[in-house]
Amino acid sequence: MKIHEYQAKELFRNHGVVVPDGMVCDSPDGVTAAVASLGLPVAVKAQVHAGGRGKGGGVRLAKTETEARAAAQAIIGMELVTQQTGSTGKRVHKVLVERGVTIKQELYLSLIVNRDDATITIIASPDGGMDIEEVAARTPERIVKVGINPLIGIKGYHAKQVASALGLTGTIAKQLGALLGNLYRLFVGCDCSLVEINPLIITGDDQLLALDAKMDIDSNSLFRHPEIAAMRDPLEEDPQELEAAQFDLNYIKLDGSIGNMVNGAGLAMATMDLIKQAGAEPANFLDVGGGATAEKVENGFRIILSDPHVKGILINIFGGILRCDVLAQGVVQAAGAVGLNVPVVVRMEGTNVEEGRRILAQSGLDLINAVDLSDAAGKVAAIAGR
Amino acid sequence: MAIFVNHQTRVIVQGITGQEGQFHTRQCIAYGTNVVGGVTPGKGGQKMDDVPVFDSVAEARQAVNADTSLIFVPPPFAADAICEAIDAGIGLIVCITEGIPVMDMLTVKNYLAGKPTRLIGPNCPGIITPGACKIGIMPGVIHRAGGPFGVVSRSGTLTYEVVHQLTGQQLGQTTCVGIGGDPVNGTGFIDCLQAFEADPETKAVVMVGEIGGSTEEEASAWVAAHMSKPVIGFIAGLTAPPGRRMGHAGAIVSGGSGTAEAKIEAMEAAGITVCRDLGTLGSLCADVYAKHS
Repeated sequence: MKIHEYQAKELFRNHGVVVPDGMVCDSPDGVTAAVASLGLPVAVKAQVHAGGRGKGGGVRLAKTETEARAAAQAIIGMELVTQQTGSTGKRVHKVLVERGVTIKQELYLSLIVNRDDATITIIASPDGGMDIEEVAARTPERIVKVGINPLIGIKGYHAKQVASALGLTGTIAKQLGALLGNLYRLFVGCDCSLVEINPLIITGDDQLLALDAKMDIDSNSLFRHPEIAAMRDPLEEDPQELEAAQFDLNYIKLDGSIGNMVNGAGLAMATMDLIKQAGAEPANFLDVGGGATAEKVENGFRIILSDPHVKGILINIFGGILRCDVLAQGVVQAAGAVGLNVPVVVRMEGTNVEEGRRILAQSGLDLINAVDLSDAAGKVAAIAGR
Repeated sequence: MAIFVNHQTRVIVQGITGQEGQFHTRQCIAYGTNVVGGVTPGKGGQKMDDVPVFDSVAEARQAVNADTSLIFVPPPFAADAICEAIDAGIGLIVCITEGIPVMDMLTVKNYLAGKPTRLIGPNCPGIITPGACKIGIMPGVIHRAGGPFGVVSRSGTLTYEVVHQLTGQQLGQTTCVGIGGDPVNGTGFIDCLQAFEADPETKAVVMVGEIGGSTEEEASAWVAAHMSKPVIGFIAGLTAPPGRRMGHAGAIVSGGSGTAEAKIEAMEAAGITVCRDLGTLGSLCADVYAKHS
């Protein structure tokens, strides 16, 4: 789960990681109040779940209250387009107003869960403020990675390695040690999968300060972090995906025209690939899970059909524990309830498949039966070509 | 022969009295698995059907001489359950649970290092040696005993699809291992490939990967260096958009790494026959097997 910069900075503050003073606002009047409290100059920063906000015009500096109001006016309500938002952009609802700081040096710092070696890895670079993937591609020698075994936790030598790679000495190296310790505790304590500070700055008066903050939280951990779960911003999420989540369906909206409903994530991805190979584009990813019920199938249908681009649907179910006859009943029931207006190709296999196929054939519904995956792909291609 | 489990494997089920635990324990027993006990704290002394229930793994292990544990414990307590089994000296742990926080698995993975226990999963369908022993939630009926194919996969129902197609070609399986869809798990591709390479009954291997991480690439390098038996590969997620978690916590393309294309390239460079059309995987396996035998 992603959270906003201002929310991440709140968590930073609570864990002793120094961030600029700031206030979150949703109107120009709010910005006026923020300026009165923070002083000038200020930075006005769009709060959306996407990087590259500066280049897209979502971050502005203001030397006067008038400029700050104007910045807020321009940013709040805008469709911010960055390299991470896609061409339609993301609507901005809130801005973070922060007291301006003088920057002596910009650094890069992040912590990630490193799945390759099961460590929590610190990634740092003296080239702050830039796209770290570009730095990694062009000048990999300017990036240092330090893996931390979670059974041991962060130690002094880890911090020393990072400080030395960043060329920091004296009191700033000491500050970095404290910051890394706090950041590590935040990372573990909040079940993060990523914490990124880009840039981490050294201010004019030699203070380390997290000028930006990005946090991704492991969704599987939210049961033990109700305070973080409450930070979820529904405005940042696709409404269909939100609805699907309520029904315990794993749905991701895509740009194509062939909807699909599959049990199991791997098979669902493979089914999307199959649609593409058939010359069409998948409209979604939808995993109804191992224990799909008639109700789930019905909700899956409704969500797929609420996308106006959908020209046809492929249902691909491998019945294991879930029997095909039960599933077929569910499809018939759901199709009746939803009122299908596009062709549906059904491919099912596994336990009680014969009985399942008979139920579908006798239902009187306009369902196209596919005997195997290749057959299904061909039938989907025919629909896409209509 | 088979890998990791056979008809002698003695299984206990952690979480045996829960709904899922009960259902799948019965399915495993019906398949012929030697389920010798179960564990649910506070329910020691009871029975689930004819299976004795114990309060702790250590007790169960001692009382019924179990060597393997199958875990159906909910996510908040699953890492605990794994560590308890490790400490009790269980040789093989198969954890089905989906949704364990990755931080918990980081701890488990590091705790496991250097210990004699093997962990399969979590977030996996389990392991089956057809005709001998099913430790997991896969439908037993689609399998065919006797080899020649070994199967290793990160996915559940996709594995069933693969197995179904193999069986449809009259190609049996020695052992099928679902290693799970989480970013941090126990047994990996290389562990399984190594075991299949050493297993005389396994003549060829199907390896099913998906987007995210780099284990398929590492396994490919291992295959190129050490594997004498033919490997057929499949990767799911060619059309997956970057930055989105495709159901499995581990299935995500991030920062340009973990793409399906990169994995397919690595596999082909290692001499693995990559299937690009899932509908034809079974016949492709038959062709490759025929050529090598």
